[in-house]
Amino acid sequence: MKVDNISRRKFLKLSGLTGVALTLGYYLPADAKEAELITAIDAENRGIELNSWIYIDVSGKVTLYSHRAEMGQGVYQSIPQIIAEELHVDLDKVNIVFAPGDNVKYGNQITGGSSSIRGSYKNLLNLSATARVMLIKAASNKWGALESDCYAEDGSVFHKLSGKKLHYGELVLDASKLNIPKNVILKKTSEYKLIRKPLQRQDTPLKINGTAVFGIDKVIPGMLYAMVERNPRLRGKVKSFDDSETRKIPGVKQVFVVRMGVFNTFREGVAVVADSVWAAMKGKKALKVDWDDTGFEHLSTDDIYRRMDEALQKEEGLSFLSQGDPNSIIQSAEKKIDVVYTTPYQSHSCMEPLNCIAHYQKDKVEIWGPIQAPEWVQDYISKELGIAREKVIVNMTFLGGGFGRKAFMDYPHEATMISKEIGAPVQVIWSREDDVTQGPYRPGVSYRCQGVVSDNEISAFKVSIAGQNNNHWRGGAKDVANRSSTEGFLKPYLDNIKNLSIVDIPFETPIPTMWWRSVYASTNGFAYESFMDELAVESGKDPIAFRRTYLKDERSRNLLDKLEEVSGWKNKSKGYGVAITECFGSTVGQIVKVSKNIENQLQIDQVWAVIDCGWYVNPDIIKAQVEGSIVMALGAATIHEITFKEGKTVQNNFNNYKMPRISDIPPIEVHIMENDSDAGGVGEPGLPPFAPALTNAIFDLTGKRIRKLPFELTKV
Amino acid sequence: MKTLWAYLLKYEFYNCLIFVFFCLIFINLKLYNKLSCIDKCHAFHLLKKQYYMAIINLKINGKDYPVDVDPQMPLLWAIRDFVGLKGTKYGCGIAQCGACTVHLNGQPVRSCSLPVVAVANKNITTIEGLSEDNSHPVQKAWIEEQVPQCGYCQSGQIMAAAALLSKNASPTEADIDAAMQGHICRCGTYPRIKRAIQKASETKPSKE
Repeated sequence: MKVDNISRRKFLKLSGLTGVALTLGYYLPADAKEAELITAIDAENRGIELNSWIYIDVSGKVTLYSHRAEMGQGVYQSIPQIIAEELHVDLDKVNIVFAPGDNVKYGNQITGGSSSIRGSYKNLLNLSATARVMLIKAASNKWGALESDCYAEDGSVFHKLSGKKLHYGELVLDASKLNIPKNVILKKTSEYKLIRKPLQRQDTPLKINGTAVFGIDKVIPGMLYAMVERNPRLRGKVKSFDDSETRKIPGVKQVFVVRMGVFNTFREGVAVVADSVWAAMKGKKALKVDWDDTGFEHLSTDDIYRRMDEALQKEEGLSFLSQGDPNSIIQSAEKKIDVVYTTPYQSHSCMEPLNCIAHYQKDKVEIWGPIQAPEWVQDYISKELGIAREKVIVNMTFLGGGFGRKAFMDYPHEATMISKEIGAPVQVIWSREDDVTQGPYRPGVSYRCQGVVSDNEISAFKVSIAGQNNNHWRGGAKDVANRSSTEGFLKPYLDNIKNLSIVDIPFETPIPTMWWRSVYASTNGFAYESFMDELAVESGKDPIAFRRTYLKDERSRNLLDKLEEVSGWKNKSKGYGVAITECFGSTVGQIVKVSKNIENQLQIDQVWAVIDCGWYVNPDIIKAQVEGSIVMALGAATIHEITFKEGKTVQNNFNNYKMPRISDIPPIEVHIMENDSDAGGVGEPGLPPFAPALTNAIFDLTGKRIRKLPFELTKV
Repeated sequence: MKTLWAYLLKYEFYNCLIFVFFCLIFINLKLYNKLSCIDKCHAFHLLKKQYYMAIINLKINGKDYPVDVDPQMPLLWAIRDFVGLKGTKYGCGIAQCGACTVHLNGQPVRSCSLPVVAVANKNITTIEGLSEDNSHPVQKAWIEEQVPQCGYCQSGQIMAAAALLSKNASPTEADIDAAMQGHICRCGTYPRIKRAIQKASETKPSKE
């Protein structure tokens, strides 16, 4: 399999325009509802930028030019599996090449929101089926046979009656001259031979022998290395620096102040450019920098949460959703639940620290790196440096983890600024300390949940939220409630709880925040589903039976049935907890079982997860994503948090921002719901339900309600 | 300087002898003048390098790689940037995550925290040297269990697993936990890592 970067224009020069291939792509402008199928040559003539396209050459080899980055979620496997299914070729005949964006007309190229498959699968299916129909048509024309007497299999077209056979490569020239047929009939789910099968990922062989090229592994001729000493206070300028010791280190070439954009703010650092990573690292260590952080409040974590708590108790906030009259029911109720849930700030801490290569060449910048959002990088650098958009070329590599952090422009911007200063290509590598201390972080959020239960049902439900809104960092309006205030919470609850109010209390700190795997659902899920459990306990009903009162739709009911079935819920003993959340179009329910071991320490015995992601491609990749999400959630719930002291991040590496280890992982069983509803996300939805399922299980076992994350399992 | 001498004495005894030898040559100019031009160049070079840099011979995957680097440079950066083998990864720089794990005389070590001068002429195996064709039992098991997601930590995980199985052909779950405890996987592939090691240990007897 080929891993390469190529621009469509370059690709057309190499191949398409010479007329030896069938190229077919789809074009989906940002404002259009349906994608248009079009040949690459027509696209070139019309000046259209295709979102994805396939290319079948005279040897019959199929290449997909894909617009999605691979950061672990398995796009490398899933997209070819879709293509091969409808094109009727062997999976190993499909190559995949990253197609970096180079035009404003290009569709959404951001690998985020668990959208790689759900955003494109219908178009990819249609694209592949259409190409197959064109190849069949070309063959039937050649043979003078009826189209209905011909069929495609294993990359060839066969004539049923005569047994004649032509492979795709022999047909591409003729097929490329045909009109593109409309409304091609797609296969039924039951007819799939590749989709829904647990086929092995094609990138695995590259990732077990060191040959997969991540951003940090990329080498450009003449490239220098840089590391940057950064302000430990997340904001501010360089007052002065002393580089006398740094310059003594052999290999250090230049030392200078570099400015990097972080959303709408800027941050300065001191760059050390050297001929090796190690020299740059040593040089960085030897620097003495005096920082000016005027205007940056020296906050500590305690201050942040105290202020949140005050805001939750006193402030009215902005209404996100209001139905019925929960406020008066709560006020007049004799017995009510009024509790606060707290979730921490978290760092993405991808195993591959941030890094980026930039080569600035006056009117052009070329970038190589682990990048989730090439389009945003293009936009930002074009704007900041006054370079034409198409002259900002972003090449994507494998990503050593992303989790949202690599969908950001700061590190490519910084690399570009350094390359501009030195006039040479440069790779900027962030140390692990930079990666952990600099953010932006997932915001910590506090929730005040008030509820009243009467006659075994919820009579009033109110959730007030105080936490930083990521949108504010992107210039979003501050006088409207966070549009993600109920992200994670199942929609049927909103439909079926009559007296309900969701309030967002605007909360600001100078700490930069951004999206983190599953975004708001990662914190919302804990509050909403813990609260739901408290209400269930109050009602005296079984937690799943209680949820059934509100989750009446067929998909929710099936998911609850499945959860009960796989976990043996109906015959359960003590120590079981359940939580169900929705995230990026998929619903995941989890049941956690806990017990105390002989040393009277709490342990997690088992996790059962059921995901309903609608139409799906590869069950094994889905299971892997859910397993991984649970491990990440376990860390965020019971092991690590980012805290601040006097405006500085306290944690700086894996010795104090600790990670789950192999011995911490309980057995995890993942089940997938079978249905043909629209595909939902897979990379993130497995994360949010874990923490509440765990704390609900702990309550079931011990009667102790945990409302603050993270907590130490051994101290429960 | 003191630490450099300590390293030289401990690990580079042979190089020290050469160093002293050249010092003597320089003192005795008569002898020095008898040397050919090329030898003089070598002498100067070596002398200079002994002070600031050193030519250190790294034996990686059975091949010799003389590298001209700061003796204190961690093995990780010498492997990646001077030998050019990029499969060994930087994760934390403080031996906490295991992404940089290589074998030193068969033992798993953290190359991010090992000065290159300490491993001259010793047998180092990196992920690239584990097999020619992904045929090592651990690599095979990694494919069968579909372990990697992003893949960044997997070189280190695989090297640790291979070292474990070379010492202990049928590890218990506790053995696996103990051997793999120093390795972080942020994607959370741990359940599959465990299964893959168990699978590799099952397949091992039939292989050997």
